[in-house]
Amino acid sequence: MAQRKFTPGSLERERRKQRILRVSMYLFLIAASLPIVIGYLWLFVGAFTGNLVYGLVPQSFTVENWSFLWDPPSPAWPDIWRTFFNTFFLAAGVTLIMVVVSTSAAYVVSRMYFPGRSMILASTLILHAFPAITLLIALYYILRTLGLLDSLWGVILVRAGLMVPFGIWVMKGFFDDIPWDIEMSALIDGATRFQTFWKVMLPLVKPGIAAIAVFAFMAGWAEYIFLVTFVRDPNSWTLSSYINAIIGNYRFTNYGLLAAVSLFYMFPVLLFFLLTQKLLMKVTVGGIKGGR
Amino acid sequence: MASIKLEQLTKRFGKVVAVNNLNLEVKDGEFIALLGPSGCGKTTTLLMIAGIYRPTQGKIYFDDVLVNDVAPKDRYVGLVFQSYALYPHMKVYDNIAFPLKLAKVPRKEIDRKVYEVAKLTKIEELLDRMPGQLSGGQQQRVALCRALVKEPEILLLDEPLSNLDARLRIETRAEIKRLQRELGITTILVTHDQVEALTMSERVAVMHAGVLQQYGPPDELYDRPRNLFVASFIGDPPMNLIPVELERTDGRLRLVADSFVLPLAEEWENMLGQIPEASFTLGVRPEDVRISTEEKANALLGEVFLTEPLGGGTLVHFMFGEISFRVLASREIKMDVGDKFWLVPDQSKLHIFTKDGLSVREVGRRDAQ
Ligand SMILES: Nc1ncnc2c1ncn2[C@@H]1O[C@H](COP(=O)(O)OP(=O)(O)O)[C@@H](O)[C@H]1O
Ligand SMILES: [Mg+2]
Repeated sequence: MAQRKFTPGSLERERRKQRILRVSMYLFLIAASLPIVIGYLWLFVGAFTGNLVYGLVPQSFTVENWSFLWDPPSPAWPDIWRTFFNTFFLAAGVTLIMVVVSTSAAYVVSRMYFPGRSMILASTLILHAFPAITLLIALYYILRTLGLLDSLWGVILVRAGLMVPFGIWVMKGFFDDIPWDIEMSALIDGATRFQTFWKVMLPLVKPGIAAIAVFAFMAGWAEYIFLVTFVRDPNSWTLSSYINAIIGNYRFTNYGLLAAVSLFYMFPVLLFFLLTQKLLMKVTVGGIKGGR
Repeated sequence: MASIKLEQLTKRFGKVVAVNNLNLEVKDGEFIALLGPSGCGKTTTLLMIAGIYRPTQGKIYFDDVLVNDVAPKDRYVGLVFQSYALYPHMKVYDNIAFPLKLAKVPRKEIDRKVYEVAKLTKIEELLDRMPGQLSGGQQQRVALCRALVKEPEILLLDEPLSNLDARLRIETRAEIKRLQRELGITTILVTHDQVEALTMSERVAVMHAGVLQQYGPPDELYDRPRNLFVASFIGDPPMNLIPVELERTDGRLRLVADSFVLPLAEEWENMLGQIPEASFTLGVRPEDVRISTEEKANALLGEVFLTEPLGGGTLVHFMFGEISFRVLASREIKMDVGDKFWLVPDQSKLHIFTKDGLSVREVGRRDAQ
C-alpha cells in the first residue's frame, strides 16, 4: 500500500474494477430481494383482481375481495372490525406490560445491589433464549387453572412474560449509560428517589422505551401461535386467527380474500413504521448525548 | 449558613477504605479546601457530607445537629460535580429551576431567582440552550447556578475547575472566591491542585490515602508541613527532599549524604538531641537558599549542573554526587553550567523529618505537651 505507484493505466484499471464490483453488488441485492418483492406484489395484485390464471396472471380489477370489511365471508366468523380491535388490544396490552415491567425492573437491576442480582441477570438471558413453543402445554394448564383460556388477557400475559426479559436487557443498557452523578445530583437538588426516576432517569431512557415499545407492539400484532392454541372463541379472534381460518377452513382457499385480509393486516404496521421510523433510527445512536 | 463538623468519619467500599477516621471542622461562612492526589477520598467525603453516601462509621454535624440520618434533600447543600452532571434533556433554565420546582416554589419566584443567579455568573443569554450546546466553562457556570439557586447553607465544589483550560481556570478561581465572599456561604472545595487550594481557601485539609495529613491555613502548610507527604505535596517547584545521616564532628551537628554536607545551626541542637535515631530526611525549599560567590558559615559549595529559566527566576540544579539539589535563583545572577557557588540554606526554614516521615518540630511539640 505504502509505495503504490499510480500510472494512468493502473488508475483506469482500478476504476473499472470498482465499477464491476458495484454493478455485481447491485445485481446480487436485486436477486436476493426479488422473492420478497414478488411476494408483496402478489399480495397487492391478488387483493384487487378476480381469479388469477394459474394463480399468477391477473385478469380483471375488482374490489370484491374487500367485501369482508362490511360482510363476514362466513356466518360463523366475527365482524372484521371487532377482530381488528382485538388485535390492537392485544398489541397494546403487550406493549403496556412490556414497557412498565421492563423499565422499572431494569432500573432496579441497573442501580441497586441486592442478593441474587447477578443470578437474575443471567436467568433473564436464558429465559429469552427459551423456545416459546416448548412451553405450550405447560402454559395451557396454567391458563386453564387461572381461568384465562379463551381470553385475550391470557395471551397478553404469556407474550409479555416471554418478552420482558429481553426488554429488561435493553433497558438495563440504557440505564447503565446514565452517569451516577446525574442521579446523585437530582437527589441533592431535592428530589426523592421516585422523583429522580420519574423526572430525570425516565426522560433520558426514552429512546430505549420507544424501542421496546415498538418491538412489543409488533410482536403483539403478529402474535399467532398462542392465539390459535389458547383462543377458540371467535369473539376473541385477532387478524392472525382470521387469516388462519381463511387458510384452514376452506377446501379451496380463497386467495383473493387471503390477499386482501393480509394487506388489511399489514397496513397499520406499515403506517406505524413510517411514523416511528425517525424515532427508531435514533435508537441506534442511543444513550444520552450532551451533558458530560 | 452553617458550620460543619466531621467526627471520626470512615467510609469503606468492601475492602477499600476510602476515608479513614476523618476529623474536620469548618466554621460558619468559612472557605476550606480538601487537597490531595486522585483517589485519596475527597469525593467520597463530599458525598458523605451531601448525604449520598452513608458513613461506615463516624458522625456528621451541621451547626452541632447530627445529620447522619437526614436525607440529601433536607440537608440544604449545593454540590457542583466534577462532571457537572447537568440534566441533558433539560434546557439551562430548567436545569437551574429544577431544585426550586421540586421545592414547589411559585413560578414567578422561580423566574426571579433563576435570572438573579444567572446574572451573578453572567449566563443570562444561555438560558434557552441545551447543556450539550455549551462549552465546558459554560456548563460549569450552569452547574454552579443550579447549586446556588436554592440558597443552600453549604456549598460543595468537586474539582470545579479541572475541566477548564488554564486561562479560564485562573479567571474562574477569582470569580468563585468573589461569589463565596459575597454570599458568605460555607464552602468546601475539593481539588488535587495545590495552587487552587492555597489561593482560594482560608484553610486547607491535605488528605492522603483516606487519612487527613494536616489542616491549617495555607501559610502554615507551607511553612510548617507536619510530615513528608505534606512537604512534598505543597510547593511549586517542589521541596528538595534528601535522605541524610546526622553526624557530630568537632561538637557540631552536620547532615551528610554523599558529598552533600550541611552544617546545622545551633538552634537545631535541642530538637535533634531528643531523637535517638540518626537517619532523617532533609527538606529544603528551592526558594529558601541564598546563592553566594563567597564562602559563608553553614554553607555548601555546589557546581551548576543544569539551569531552567522559569520566567520570573531560574531553577538551578546542583549535583552532589548522586544527589540533585534545586535552588531558585534570581535572574540577576549569571550562571553557567560548571560554575561553582556557595549555597546558604536559611536554617530557620529547614525541614527535618524522622524515619516515620514526621517533622522533627512536631516531635518536639508533641513531647512538650
Ligand atoms: N462507589 C464506590 N465503590 C467502590 N469504591 C469506591 C467508590 N467510590 C470511591 N471508591 C474508592 O474509594 C477511593 C477514594 O475515591 P474518591 O473519593 O473518588 O477519591 P478522590 O475524589 O480523592 O479522587 C478510591 O480508591 C476509589 O476507588
Ligand atoms: Mg474525585
